[in-house]
Amino acid sequence: MSDATLSGHNSGPASVDAIQSSYLQQVQRKRLYGGLTLMIFALLMVAGFMTADARNAGGFWEGLHNVGDYPADVLSEAWEKRAALPALIVKYFPALVETINIAAVATILGAGLGLILSLLSTRGLARWPRLIPVFRRTMDIMRAIPEIVIALVLIFVLGGGPVPAMIAIAIHTAGALGKMFSEVAENADLKPLEGLASTGATWAQGMWLGILPQVAPNYVSYALLRFEINIRASAILGFVGAGGLGYELRNAMAWGPGRFDDAAAIFLLLFGTIIFFDQLSGRFRNQLTTGGQA
Amino acid sequence: MTATDALIDTKGQADRLFRRKRLMSFALPALVLAYLTYIFFAFDVPGLAERARWDNARTLASDSWSYKTHVTRTNRDGEITFAVEGERKGEYPEGMRPDWVTGTDIVTIDLGGDHLVRLLPDNRTEIEIPGFGSISAQAEGRSVTTNLPETLPEWINASDRRVAITTPEGRITLTGSKTEVFNYFPGWELFWFTFASPYYDHGVTEILFGDRIDPARSNLKGAWHDFWSNPMWRHGDVAWAIGETILMAFLGTMGAAMIALPLSFLAARKFAPLMLVRTFTRRLFDFVRGVDALIWTVVLARAFGPGPMTGALAILVTDTGTFGKIFSEALENTDDKQIEGIASTGAKPLQRYRFGVIPQVVPVLLAQVLYFFESNTRSATVIGAITGGGIGLLLTQAIQTQQSWENVAYYIILVVLMVMAMDWLSGKLRAKLIGRST
Repeated sequence: MSDATLSGHNSGPASVDAIQSSYLQQVQRKRLYGGLTLMIFALLMVAGFMTADARNAGGFWEGLHNVGDYPADVLSEAWEKRAALPALIVKYFPALVETINIAAVATILGAGLGLILSLLSTRGLARWPRLIPVFRRTMDIMRAIPEIVIALVLIFVLGGGPVPAMIAIAIHTAGALGKMFSEVAENADLKPLEGLASTGATWAQGMWLGILPQVAPNYVSYALLRFEINIRASAILGFVGAGGLGYELRNAMAWGPGRFDDAAAIFLLLFGTIIFFDQLSGRFRNQLTTGGQA
Repeated sequence: MTATDALIDTKGQADRLFRRKRLMSFALPALVLAYLTYIFFAFDVPGLAERARWDNARTLASDSWSYKTHVTRTNRDGEITFAVEGERKGEYPEGMRPDWVTGTDIVTIDLGGDHLVRLLPDNRTEIEIPGFGSISAQAEGRSVTTNLPETLPEWINASDRRVAITTPEGRITLTGSKTEVFNYFPGWELFWFTFASPYYDHGVTEILFGDRIDPARSNLKGAWHDFWSNPMWRHGDVAWAIGETILMAFLGTMGAAMIALPLSFLAARKFAPLMLVRTFTRRLFDFVRGVDALIWTVVLARAFGPGPMTGALAILVTDTGTFGKIFSEALENTDDKQIEGIASTGAKPLQRYRFGVIPQVVPVLLAQVLYFFESNTRSATVIGAITGGGIGLLLTQAIQTQQSWENVAYYIILVVLMVMAMDWLSGKLRAKLIGRST
């Protein structure tokens, strides 16, 4: 006992030194790595900035002076013709409804498909456990293909209009929601499923009655978040010819000065819609996740 | 007595609850169904079936995995050219022709399946189709005379000026000025080298280990150069475009994170006691987020012109709002104890933030940034299509020309691979940051 304390005491200063030096070394190494990472990052940013600047039609610094020009033109013209603005908003309201409809239907269809795909690709729930990787890869690919690609190809086949955009967004939504749904479903309690199975329930019945009630609040919350994203996507797809507000925006832009009040009205509608649904779904989701029962 | 009352009461409650549940479980699907029915007519889905161009779909489906070689006889001088996809860049060089073309005076084109086309002198053409017989045609001036009967099958379309024959083996078009034969093959022809390259039709082992093919250059260097600058597939340009798209996402995401980080301190209740500042910063974040990438893209494209910089800035502005919101929420959830500990050593506010707050939030924030980087590579494709930069531009151009569907298929595959690679990379880095093994 006393031996141990004695020997410990003897080697005390040495070990403190060793600890200190090794600590300092560690700190130094950490600093070096941190510094190197930061340097590489800074280098990448600068090099990337220069490359992007060189390959852009207009340079960054010249463009910076003109950033305000277009909004200023639009705003001043819209202000001059402010009396006509309500009429324009009424005129473009149907286009807005179309944009929202595209997003809503795509969310509903995509969520439905994503639900099925997620259940089929979750361990413990899958109908055919061997096919889990197949369904997972399917969802990966559905998520990876940008909506615009599917939309453009479908526009070529089906002609312009809301349906190509709807299908394109729905496919992407199914992939994205499927992944999130499956993560939620992994944590679901399997006991209700066993109980149902003991009564002879089929797989679909087991999922519908045993799993869905557990995960529904989370699923609805994710679907609402997706709906927000899809409104933006649907506006963008309109810009490449899929109808709705984006399409009107492109036309208004093509007219240029003189029709800036149209552009302003569309900007206003789009902005308002996005904020509105943002707030609405935020409130809804809060209620769902905190389990607030009305 | 009271017990039974309570029981009845409970039963009544349960009944009501069940009734509500039942109503919900029927009303909700009914509502969705009603909405979908409304959409069915609002989007004119029944009319869609009529408007849809199924022939377009067929061209698209077959063109994306096959190519056609055009044999063209210009009737003015009787010259015959062979070209892949009918493009100048895919033309067979002088003295070279596909092996399914034979003969010198009478050029016989074997389309396969006993479908034969003979190009005879004096602008005469003979076509043999099994089960239909032989068609002979004579081009004179601007008209074509044939021995076709009055009633024609639907795969032949004939007038005085133009005769078009579509068979499963290939297509034949005859006009006064030229005779064209399209022969279809599976695969992407000239993907590696065009006919102009000396390395065309040489295998990998031959290029790597064989004798020098082009005396002026070493095989590897020459082959790489010819592949990279392949005029049909433009591999070099495509690689640049993909790089541009990733660059847009990188610059936009990282720039947004760097701008949003200091601003988010102003929006967090813990660090900005002044309500006015807080509200202003939050509204600013809401505003840039609400304006949406589309509008930012349109506005910025006016100032900066088309290109990757515009796309990067559009992503930057939009994501500054999103990051600001996420970051400030993360900052509000930081643990005060660490800040107090640092403060007790006499640290100044900036040092308190640096050593008390940043280490707490960095893993969470970096994970978010990486996640956005991945999803922004996809957005950059879309934004590139609008502003004109990166793979998005190439893709929309290729789709809008409605010709080279094999290029479209190629780009789509590359985009999917790019996004999946980003997904994988960001997932790996995130897992490492949060310290999970998966």
